[in-house]
Amino acid sequence: MSSSTRISSLRRQKRISIAWRMAVSFVAIAFALLPVIYIFSASINPASSIASRNLIPSGANFDHYVQILKNTDGNTPFLLWMRNSLFVSVTTSVLVVSITSFAAYAFSRFRFRGRQPLLKTILLAQVFPNILAIVALFLILRQLGQYYPLVGIDSLGGLILIYLGGAMGFNTWLMKGFFDSIPRDLDESAHMDGASSMQTFLYIILPLVRPILVVIFILTFIGTYGDYLLARVMLKDINHFTLAVGLSLFVSGRFSQNWGPFAAGALMAAIPTLILFYFVQDQLQSGLTVGAVKG
Amino acid sequence: MAAKTARNEGGPLRPLSSLANNLPALLLRLGLLSLLDAWGIWLIYRLIFDGAGTLAAALAIVLLFINIVFLRGAAMPLRWIAPGLAFMLLLHIYPVLFTAYTAFTNYGDGHLIEKPLAIRQLEAQQYLPENAQVFTWTGFRSADGQYALWLQGKDGVAYFAKPGEPFLSPGQVLGLGPLDENNIPTTIAGYERLGKKELFKALADLQGQKFGPEIGAVQVKSLKEAAQLQQRYVYDAASDAMIDQSTGKVYASVDGTFTAADGDILRPGFPTSVGFLNFKRIFTSPQLRGPFISIFVWTFTYAFFSVLLTFALGLFLALVLNTEDLPWRRPMRVLLIVPYALPAFISVLIWRGMFNPILGIIGTTWNPGWFTDALWAKIGILIVNLWLGFPYMFLITTGALQAIPHDIYEAAIVDGANGFNQFWRITLPLLLISVGPLLVGSFAFNFNNFTIIDLYNRGGPPMSGTPTPAGHTDILISYTYRLAFAGGRGADYGLASAIAILIFIVVAAITLFNFRYTGMLEEVSENV
Repeated sequence: MSSSTRISSLRRQKRISIAWRMAVSFVAIAFALLPVIYIFSASINPASSIASRNLIPSGANFDHYVQILKNTDGNTPFLLWMRNSLFVSVTTSVLVVSITSFAAYAFSRFRFRGRQPLLKTILLAQVFPNILAIVALFLILRQLGQYYPLVGIDSLGGLILIYLGGAMGFNTWLMKGFFDSIPRDLDESAHMDGASSMQTFLYIILPLVRPILVVIFILTFIGTYGDYLLARVMLKDINHFTLAVGLSLFVSGRFSQNWGPFAAGALMAAIPTLILFYFVQDQLQSGLTVGAVKG
Repeated sequence: MAAKTARNEGGPLRPLSSLANNLPALLLRLGLLSLLDAWGIWLIYRLIFDGAGTLAAALAIVLLFINIVFLRGAAMPLRWIAPGLAFMLLLHIYPVLFTAYTAFTNYGDGHLIEKPLAIRQLEAQQYLPENAQVFTWTGFRSADGQYALWLQGKDGVAYFAKPGEPFLSPGQVLGLGPLDENNIPTTIAGYERLGKKELFKALADLQGQKFGPEIGAVQVKSLKEAAQLQQRYVYDAASDAMIDQSTGKVYASVDGTFTAADGDILRPGFPTSVGFLNFKRIFTSPQLRGPFISIFVWTFTYAFFSVLLTFALGLFLALVLNTEDLPWRRPMRVLLIVPYALPAFISVLIWRGMFNPILGIIGTTWNPGWFTDALWAKIGILIVNLWLGFPYMFLITTGALQAIPHDIYEAAIVDGANGFNQFWRITLPLLLISVGPLLVGSFAFNFNNFTIIDLYNRGGPPMSGTPTPAGHTDILISYTYRLAFAGGRGADYGLASAIAILIFIVVAAITLFNFRYTGMLEEVSENV
């Protein structure tokens, strides 16, 4: 008798525990989703400057989407910004992955003088984030731009160049760890069959380390796509802006007038990273623990 | 070659190349290398000519490094690392060193271009001396509206002068027509001689132009006369001074500006070393010290509370959801991570809209001054950053919680520990061991979180009574940005770099502490 009441009391306790845990979770989810719902509601609210109390505002339509996609005011080349952002992020990510995978392979497989000091130097360079050298970076681009406008101030090429400066660091580190976990017997048997190091790297090892390549690619992409500071300083012309610079200047200028079209643009701008996040969410948990802080 | 493979390492010591003795490959490598060298040397030459000596030196070092690596067989493994290292040297390490250098200069508005360039620009200035050589002139105009002058000196020597081109003697002029009684050609191929009427119309245009070569050009003075300009300033390297040829005034080089004894200065100036002046200004100038200390304190406060709040909420939610029999656990976790998946620049702007007093869902119902009151703006920023950051903490603490072995709790329950004790004595200490470094990393990240500060309110509300553009919510990095780039009150790269150096010191201390804590550097030594 006593044991059955204990079981039922335990059961009740458990039910209460689950109830309050659900309640807390729902509140937290509401907090997490509120801004997203709000911006969606604003994007379909025909009255741009008035806050709607309903999720679906009266007379909801997609005019703001059309407005910002068609660049009706002539000052919001949204599609151009999107193109610039994608161009910069994809180019940077591809180059970062290629540069660091070569370096990581050498660090993992070859033994040479200066290997350890070099690895330490690369890691220690991260102690000084290059965004703090932003004045110097600006002056370098200004100087280079006098001879090569393609990599000067107000050029996407110059911006990519700066992003590449921070490419090594943790990426090489992360990748080297992954390369180390691939057995060296594979390299050895490839060499036995007469493959050069380059062939071994390209045809044997690279396919095996694809997960880490994907993670580095996506982390670099998300970081570059969301960069505001460097892009804000280096880019001047409205047609050269990335989304981060373009959208923020667009909405800051005339907040209430531009709120509706901004909301539509913001939701569309979030699509690329949302898609990537979906693909990488599982690997992210491990990659996150190596310094991919955000927010 | 495979015999050389070190068995104990399980891999080759050096890269193996099937192309090692391949002549075309060698030629291709040498060809590409010499192309790179030719381009690099040209660029270094240009940089030195324009006074950018430090950048030229950095480029030279990188170029030398690449040459050694690709020419010496012993450096073969480095070839794989060379591209990344080259970028790192030029665009990470050099800029950091250059920032340190700039912090000790007065680089900024009024001192923007390097000294050789400044001297060249000053030396290009010309003036019309009283006793200048005087010519009589006749105007010509080409079909596309370009003017040219036929000049005759007192000694009867004649020249043909076009803007920006050397003087031509009559013999050098193509298609010279017959001369009239005043020895002026009636026609010149491609040009039309201006009559009296046209001359009056064109006079204003003509007087605004310089004819002949850049230095020693001729300018129209009156309807009849033109005179030769002279170089106004001449640089005297021995005394490091500019001498004004028209007045004889001497402008000595003082702190990056050519300054005369009576205080007159010449623009442009150039950057020059000012020692510790920028640092001294930060700590002693009353108008700079106040804002700096306030910004310094807020930077730490902001970073600390950001980490504390996001960690507290993230851990709390991780604990709440850390029960196997909770329904919909996985979809709820995905929904909680949504803020992390949005680019931060978008999220901050959305929150700014929500706080907006005219259109925001929060700002219209409750507005204690989200953007105008210094304290409430800071609270607003912490709320926004809580939203941005808690999913990250939720993710990492969820992972860390699952790694804590279950039997520890069972033992604790046997010993009579209640839930409260279990959390403070077991969960939190064990958790901090694994996520501690990530918390320090998050602190360092937020220390420089420019995006949220600038997009929320541009660092505002602005502080009053300071000569520099400082705001109440500005952190050090955004203050640096405003000093260097935000215009209005002029760019001060020297002061901005000095503050950047101070941030460097703080961030470096944090990160080194973290490396020590995690043993990351020791891991390298273990030769993995």
